[in-house]
Amino acid sequence: MNALYLAFAYLRYHRARSLVLILVAALIIFVPIATQTLLSTSERALVARGEATPLLLGSRGSQLDLTMAALYFSEERPAPVPMREVEAIWDSGLGVPIPVHTAFSSNGFRIVGTTLDYFDFRALALNDGRGLSLLGDAVIGADVAEVLGKGVGDALVSSPENLFDLDGVYPLEMPIVGVLAPTNSPDDAAIFIDIKTAWVIQGIGHGHEDVVTAEQIAAGTAALAEAAVVQYQRITEDNIDSFHFHGSQDNFPTSAVIVVPNDTRSATILKGRYLDADGPTQLIEPAGVIQGLVDRIFRIKSLLDVVTAIIAIAAVAAIGLALFLSYRLRAREIVTAVKLGARRGMVLRLLSAETVTLLLTSAAIAAVGATIVSRNAEAWVGWLLALGN
Amino acid sequence: MSTVTRPVKPFLRRRPIDGQDMIRIEGLSFGYRAGGFRLRVPEFELGQGERLAIVGPSGSGKTTLLNLVAGILSPENGQIDVAGTEVTRLSEAERRRFRATQIGFVFQDFALLDYLPARQNILYPYRINPALKLDAEARARVEALASACGIGGKLDRHPTDLSQGEQQRVAICRALVTRPKLILSDEATGNLDPDSKARILDLLFEQAAEAGASVLAVTHDHELLPRFERVLDFAQFRERAEA
Repeated sequence: MNALYLAFAYLRYHRARSLVLILVAALIIFVPIATQTLLSTSERALVARGEATPLLLGSRGSQLDLTMAALYFSEERPAPVPMREVEAIWDSGLGVPIPVHTAFSSNGFRIVGTTLDYFDFRALALNDGRGLSLLGDAVIGADVAEVLGKGVGDALVSSPENLFDLDGVYPLEMPIVGVLAPTNSPDDAAIFIDIKTAWVIQGIGHGHEDVVTAEQIAAGTAALAEAAVVQYQRITEDNIDSFHFHGSQDNFPTSAVIVVPNDTRSATILKGRYLDADGPTQLIEPAGVIQGLVDRIFRIKSLLDVVTAIIAIAAVAAIGLALFLSYRLRAREIVTAVKLGARRGMVLRLLSAETVTLLLTSAAIAAVGATIVSRNAEAWVGWLLALGN
Repeated sequence: MSTVTRPVKPFLRRRPIDGQDMIRIEGLSFGYRAGGFRLRVPEFELGQGERLAIVGPSGSGKTTLLNLVAGILSPENGQIDVAGTEVTRLSEAERRRFRATQIGFVFQDFALLDYLPARQNILYPYRINPALKLDAEARARVEALASACGIGGKLDRHPTDLSQGEQQRVAICRALVTRPKLILSDEATGNLDPDSKARILDLLFEQAAEAGASVLAVTHDHELLPRFERVLDFAQFRERAEA
């Protein structure tokens, strides 16, 4: 107790030096633990998302781009696949296709056009409001609601993709009808709309005033489409019936299609149908793609581990030197203690009490930090994974 | 040859005392392993409650004698009795215990710990040896000693916030707080200004007398010698060693 009392008194008196030593030691302990925790949580989150998505259909090209766009709603834009591929899956009776349209965004968050099957598939629950039911409705993830400070009753406007392309994408105002419960997944940072609403944003579907008015019919003049015709940028109860799509839905685009096969046999049959390397589409297993990505990340991590170890060794050496110099500075105290009759080992006890106190305090701080990281790892990893979007 | 100025009591004069000697040394010889220096003390005595000054040139072995008396060093030959205990027969652990309980040290550089306030500096011996029990009585003794030494209101200050004279008063309190029978003073006034020297020495004597402790003091300050009951010129021992 006396050794501890003296150690505390010494550390308290030299508080600036002690604080630096404690913080450095705490960082040496904390950084590898926190890195390991975040990496393992990232691995779990990435792999879990991949494993929870059995098959993914998309245009032939980068499997990673397709996976990142469809599962993590990233910036990647794989070439679109036509909706006839969705119909083909339905017609096969081998699984449930869920189209995912991720071409647009609003306020920095990805707009995901999909069907109601997506909510069941991901087991997404509503925290507030209702699900998608009308054209133009938007259901937002928990992070979107928190960051934008929006909720049910507010509205979002899609970002214009090309201001100078008159035939291109126009901003559409979408009422928020529901807010999802947090899931610590990319779904928290997504704005979900019906895929038809996505097509409206894309300009494939639209609503406008009647081109042919009753007066024109009465006057017998020819119907003429002109710039004066008002095109709606907001879908309301009054104009919803005027919204329509031109062309066949089979040709409408989607970024990817999540395919939920009925069983293993169905999955095998489906995969066999998309093996042709010359075909325009591919059916991939996202888990394999994600595992490849994770393996790559962990190869980089092992390099980081070496760097961390080198820095830790240097820091430990610096702490050791600081303690050694501290002991040297206390040589006079040691001589005094011996002359005053300090018992055998007391000097060693005094010095080790100081070192142990420093290390225990550092370990306690590191443990608190590690606990905080551990408790929030899922949320932070979710945020980190969404950061790339 | 003694260089002590008058008035000085006769060299190695045995002070007539009523009781037992506080220190009794016979046939002592000591040499450092590195060689070059040898100390021989055929006979030396210090009476109970006596105040003895040791003078002599640097390197004559004055501090070595204090360390031998305290049991910090062990002689090659001879016998050292302190307060009825034959120090030379004690084990290392017993010597440490003996030193903690029976001897008070006052150093030239005060040897205070900068990270402890004055109160804790005085109580330091209790923190480093379990033979001393830190109880309410010891704490009360700190207050009483500090008040007697004029630093009662400064016990919560660190040494860096005290003057040199005040620091030496703290050191004196530390030497006396364990109620030792013998005070070993190694140039206790060496770092003090002339006015403080006499006051501090008087204070040391006063407190030692109150506690019934003997004082064996090494000093280079001949002006202070008249305050001692006896003066020992250590040059004699050095000459013998060289011879």
